[in-house]
Amino acid sequence: MPLWTLFGLKEGSASTTWPAPGGDDGQRGAIGMPRFAPERCESGCERCAEVCLSQAITIREGGGGERVRVDYGRCVTCQLCVEECPTGAFTASADWAFGVRSREDLIWAQAHASSAGKQLSGDIRRIFGRSLHIRHVDAGSCNGCESELQALNNPFYNLHRLGIFFTPSPRFADLLLVTGPVTYAMRAPLREAYLAMPEPRFVMAVGVCAVSGGTNGGGYACGNGLDGEFPVDIYVPGCPPNPAAIIQALLMLLNRMPQRVRGGQLQGDYRA
Amino acid sequence: MTVVRLEDVEISDLRRQCLEAVERGERMQMVYAWFPEPDDPEVRYLIRSSAGHALHIWRCRPRGQALPSLAAIAPLLSWHEREVTDLCGLKFEDAPQPEPLVLLAGAHAVMPPLRPGEAQPLTYTPAPHGIPEVAGPSEEDVQLLPFGPIRADVLESAQFNFLYIGEAILHYHPQLFFKHRGMEKRFEGVKPELGVVLAERVSAVGGVAHALAYCQALEEAAHCQPPRRARWLRVLLAELERLYNHLHYLGHLCATTTLKVGDAHGKLLEERAKQINCVATGSRFLRNLIVPGGLRREPDLTGLSQALVRLGADIQRYGQMLETSTTHLDRLITTGVLDRKLAFDQGATGPIERASGLDRDLRRDQPYAAYDELKPEVAVREAGDAHARQQVRLAEIDESLELIQRVLSELPKGPIRADYAPLASSEGLGWAESPRGTLYYAVHTGYDGRLVRVKVKSPSFSNWRAFPFTVHDSNMMDYAISEASFGLTIAGCDR
Repeated sequence: MPLWTLFGLKEGSASTTWPAPGGDDGQRGAIGMPRFAPERCESGCERCAEVCLSQAITIREGGGGERVRVDYGRCVTCQLCVEECPTGAFTASADWAFGVRSREDLIWAQAHASSAGKQLSGDIRRIFGRSLHIRHVDAGSCNGCESELQALNNPFYNLHRLGIFFTPSPRFADLLLVTGPVTYAMRAPLREAYLAMPEPRFVMAVGVCAVSGGTNGGGYACGNGLDGEFPVDIYVPGCPPNPAAIIQALLMLLNRMPQRVRGGQLQGDYRA
Repeated sequence: MTVVRLEDVEISDLRRQCLEAVERGERMQMVYAWFPEPDDPEVRYLIRSSAGHALHIWRCRPRGQALPSLAAIAPLLSWHEREVTDLCGLKFEDAPQPEPLVLLAGAHAVMPPLRPGEAQPLTYTPAPHGIPEVAGPSEEDVQLLPFGPIRADVLESAQFNFLYIGEAILHYHPQLFFKHRGMEKRFEGVKPELGVVLAERVSAVGGVAHALAYCQALEEAAHCQPPRRARWLRVLLAELERLYNHLHYLGHLCATTTLKVGDAHGKLLEERAKQINCVATGSRFLRNLIVPGGLRREPDLTGLSQALVRLGADIQRYGQMLETSTTHLDRLITTGVLDRKLAFDQGATGPIERASGLDRDLRRDQPYAAYDELKPEVAVREAGDAHARQQVRLAEIDESLELIQRVLSELPKGPIRADYAPLASSEGLGWAESPRGTLYYAVHTGYDGRLVRVKVKSPSFSNWRAFPFTVHDSNMMDYAISEASFGLTIAGCDR
């Protein structure tokens, strides 16, 4: 009979120190959201929009404003636009820290909203201290988001070290974390969970399905994410967002990390 | 690739044909309907020979008549027929379980959603679903526990209903399909090359298998053969997927037997495997590589072999510890027994059927990608309990690591992508042995080469059908272990 406790002790700590400086975020090699450089875009070309199944890239007919609209809240990071673009207007990048407070910040804009975005009530720290309890609800995901959420509790990310916990009951939850485009059958249970939470309560949409419906939303059985369901405090696009991106967004909610993305563009060093 | 024989069958002959096939030891694989004409559906039955080495299809046009239900002859067909009724509107006569399956009680579709053209959103007024009535002398002692659809922890949504007395479970009914997203409909009208983005998102943790089965179906339809190097690299991706899934499985199984360090260590090994995936392909789920015709780009193989050797050594030690931990084994041995006949009749697949003594694996029996050259060893156990299922997975991890190393050392040189052009009005069948079992994709293209119908038969759809048989007449304490030992996904089943 192996001595598991001894084995565990001998193995030592496997946890990363990230987001402390120098810590490993575990995302080496990750290909994230494609970067968009509209000045390289050739007029008349619509090849990127044609291959974009989730309609993250759409072409606006007849002048006025930007011709190509890029919505990272819909991007499933399939990289087809990068491969299709003849002029290099879309390039592959490692950008993943895409948690935002305001949905508009996921849409590419030259002059991005200079305001600090919608700030959460400044007293979140006073209410929750540094801790946070999360109730997760799967509203029809493809299980990619669940796989990454489950990873948060593995020894590498070890979410507990940051004072963040998943809780079984919405009664004890501060944050409702929703994945999936909201299927017809999950709409009512999701709403019940939300209403069962004590106030103040916060909502986080994780993954493009919950943010916008993505490739899987709409149709005869699904909604388009949390839009129109109830107010969302943090949007975390990605398909699925990787564990570090989810942690970054959780810490952002607690005002422990800054928002990195404005106007669909990453500001500064995303690894900060 | 195996050639799939197509045979026209009259409605009046279906029962006799099915009976004869079952007597020959053949096994039904899936049933689906599609609409060559808007009002003239066609039903397809996929059958696998007794030794598992050949596939054939029956094609049947009901032309307004009701089809005979074959579920009394081949019980596993019941779910398939009910799905065809729910989504395509076809009726089956004398069905033993005529109630809806995919659409929840209280859901109503104006038109069957999978008929061609726009489908209206379902209307839904939640209604109680099929829990059997309780009668008898101890009737008052029987409790109903409806658990879900939102359950504790980070889990997929489904409602598990237990009728129980004290610790003893009398009857168990998993109400699935809360997560039905209508994925098959979503393929309709999409360009075949782009559909792979959807296939990868039917069940993310089986994304490689889904992409592979989907692309192979298209390649068959378009008579396209991917280059040899691409086929070898597809094996690499498929085995990397099996590796991280099985490691997750072991960690989760330890969580249910309360082996805490085993749980943490299994999940850590899974994380290391996912990080290896990310370095090699840019995606922790190995996405964005497989495409009709081959691969989109070369994965980064630098250091992969050494990283897997290091991981493999740690897995080896972990596996040995699991297999010698008596507290863990005590909870697995004789828990959740699925006997061989039940596994066969109810359609259990993948590691589940192999743990019940059924020696079947599509990688060997109908080789695809480069499995004809690499010839995987198939692990089989006889006991059919949770322990046998752990052992099969442990053996498959070893085999996956072995296969990956062989791919890396003998990888042929050359291009990785062949020209692929979809053919108009074509069809193809693709398959893959996913980490959870047999996965089939049937694709049909229209006159413009776009997709008109894509049918997905996921392994969890089959295994969820078989799983409750291990729960009836068991006890509450064993339930979580039994469920974890099956390693089911809900997204794949519900689609």
